[in-house]
Amino acid sequence: MSDALGLWGVPLAVASGAIRVGTPFLFVSIGECLTEKSGRINLGLEGTLVLGAATGYAVSLHSGSPWIGVLAAGLVGALFGALHGYLCKLPRVNDIALGIAMMLLGMGLAFFFGKPYIQPSAPMLPSISLGFWSESPQIRAALEVNALFFVGVACAAALWWAFASTRAGLVVRIVGDSADAARAMGYPVDLVRFLATAAGGFLAGLGGAYLSLYYPGSWNERISSGQGLMAVALVIFAHWSPPRCLVAALLFGGAGALGPALQAVGVSEGYYLFYAAPYVLTLLVMAVTVTPGRQLAGAPGELSVQK
Amino acid sequence: MTEAVAPRAEIAAPARGDLEVRLKRAAEAIVVPLVALLAATALFSVFLLLLGKSPADFFALVAQGAFASWFSLQNTLQRAAPLLLTALCCAIPARLGLVVIGGEGALALGGLAAAAAGIAMTGAGGTTAQLVMVGASLVVGGAWIGLVGALRHWRGINETISSLILSYIAIALMNHFVEGPLKDPASLNKPSTAAIPDVAAIGTIPGTDVHWGLVIGVGLCVVLWVLMSRTTFGFAARIVGGNLRAAQLQGLPVGRLILIASAIGGACAGLAGMIEVAAVHGRANASLVVGYGYTGILVAFLARHNPLAVIPVAILFGGIVASGGLIQRRMGLPDATILVLEGIVFVAILVSDTLYGRWRIFQPRATAP
Repeated sequence: MSDALGLWGVPLAVASGAIRVGTPFLFVSIGECLTEKSGRINLGLEGTLVLGAATGYAVSLHSGSPWIGVLAAGLVGALFGALHGYLCKLPRVNDIALGIAMMLLGMGLAFFFGKPYIQPSAPMLPSISLGFWSESPQIRAALEVNALFFVGVACAAALWWAFASTRAGLVVRIVGDSADAARAMGYPVDLVRFLATAAGGFLAGLGGAYLSLYYPGSWNERISSGQGLMAVALVIFAHWSPPRCLVAALLFGGAGALGPALQAVGVSEGYYLFYAAPYVLTLLVMAVTVTPGRQLAGAPGELSVQK
Repeated sequence: MTEAVAPRAEIAAPARGDLEVRLKRAAEAIVVPLVALLAATALFSVFLLLLGKSPADFFALVAQGAFASWFSLQNTLQRAAPLLLTALCCAIPARLGLVVIGGEGALALGGLAAAAAGIAMTGAGGTTAQLVMVGASLVVGGAWIGLVGALRHWRGINETISSLILSYIAIALMNHFVEGPLKDPASLNKPSTAAIPDVAAIGTIPGTDVHWGLVIGVGLCVVLWVLMSRTTFGFAARIVGGNLRAAQLQGLPVGRLILIASAIGGACAGLAGMIEVAAVHGRANASLVVGYGYTGILVAFLARHNPLAVIPVAILFGGIVASGGLIQRRMGLPDATILVLEGIVFVAILVSDTLYGRWRIFQPRATAP
């Protein structure tokens, strides 16, 4: 039975992997999308992701409930985002460089406090079986989708709606497009950016909890290798639009699932080259989407990567 | 272009003359990072106290493990050698306003290229083999980070993101070659390339256990300081970093300057990989990827991207890295403790940028126009 699909298992595994591997991309990229819409870039989300993974795992182990772990990961992420948001408002503090520093600090804290949690196994997040209609165990396995994925989709939809048709969303966009205009209209620029960065950190923390509590589903020091940073690049590719972030996250997830999927059917040649596929894809899409000297559609005017 | 990394002070300073202004600027550039270091030390002490550990013990152990004995000092200098070079990989492009953080990947690829060249030169004389290895690592490292500069200038891709992504690609490439085409079948537990010939190995400075890589690193810091501060190239590069628009209006070849500076930085990191292979490991394997690239970023920022200042800062952090093992054994703290300390120092040093110009004592006296 296990060979019934043969090589057809590869596209199936890539499709299901797109959701499985892409979910953390989704959370980080919609979080970063919110932050960047307010005119600030937070490169520290890589650190937030790792810290969220460690927190989620540890809290899930101690409390016995993975959902409390997810919430705790989000709160720690929000705290970390808030720190970035607060420090960036000081004059002459560079948001990109500070992001790198926060990335190192987040990883340091996660490895420091996460050390005792590498061995024990915490309760995992449950998944929803969408493959009940099929006889094939592979299809059933491929259609096990985690509930957090749907939470992420809902967040993306909510953010899209908020940007388009709420007052709060409009204020974030004004602040991101022209701080001077926002100040003239009486909106507190620093406060809006602070809140947007903290909220972005919350979402990235959720993405981290997904990593340690569902897929790959364990806590170790190699839990994330640049996913947080790729998600930042992905926001540019998605032109700062939450629904496009979803599409991009699935695309990158699929690219990330290619290596393991080929390995599963016995193609182990060049494993590391397939492993590098999402990174190469990131560079390629950035090279194609960005045009020097011209602003991208939807780009916040205040963003430092755009200058 | 980003703003805060540009070394404003030096560009704003008058070309010659007012000694007082220059001295005050220099004093500010030394005092502010020291204040940041002190603040970071204080914050880290609070962190340790909250965990019930003694900060005094910690810093005493750092001093002991890093500088107290001839043995520990040599260990420190050994680790400072790659840090000098990876710090240059960040510091040189930073003078043009670029935040390049891809040193880790350039080091890995430089080391791989050097090992491959060394194996290919088996049978040749020691000096010839070494020169070919150096050349290979310089070319590969330079091309790798040069690509970051090219993508930045001609495609408008943010250099911070692209350099880190290229770093992951570089490490994947190294793993591919080390576990595939270049794998020594005898290396079972830790996949590695074959060993480079003995004659190609870099020896130690007579009378010490410190290899010549330290001298190469210090020498390059001095050479690049001269290049960036005392030549037309360096002057043009600093104009690009200070005000891109002005540089373009002056007709400076901005693209070429960015490309060359990135390539110089990458070549330094590649050379660090070559030295690690030729002086420490004797072959290329995963031991190259131990975080020298990331610590180098911190060293560069702490040195305010001044190649001369990189020398003492790299030795300081070489010492902190070297004392990690001792701290782990004596205080029962995990190895990530050093990473936490580095993170706190990094955040403090960036936040200290806000202090420039705040203290009246460093400001030139207002003179009547």
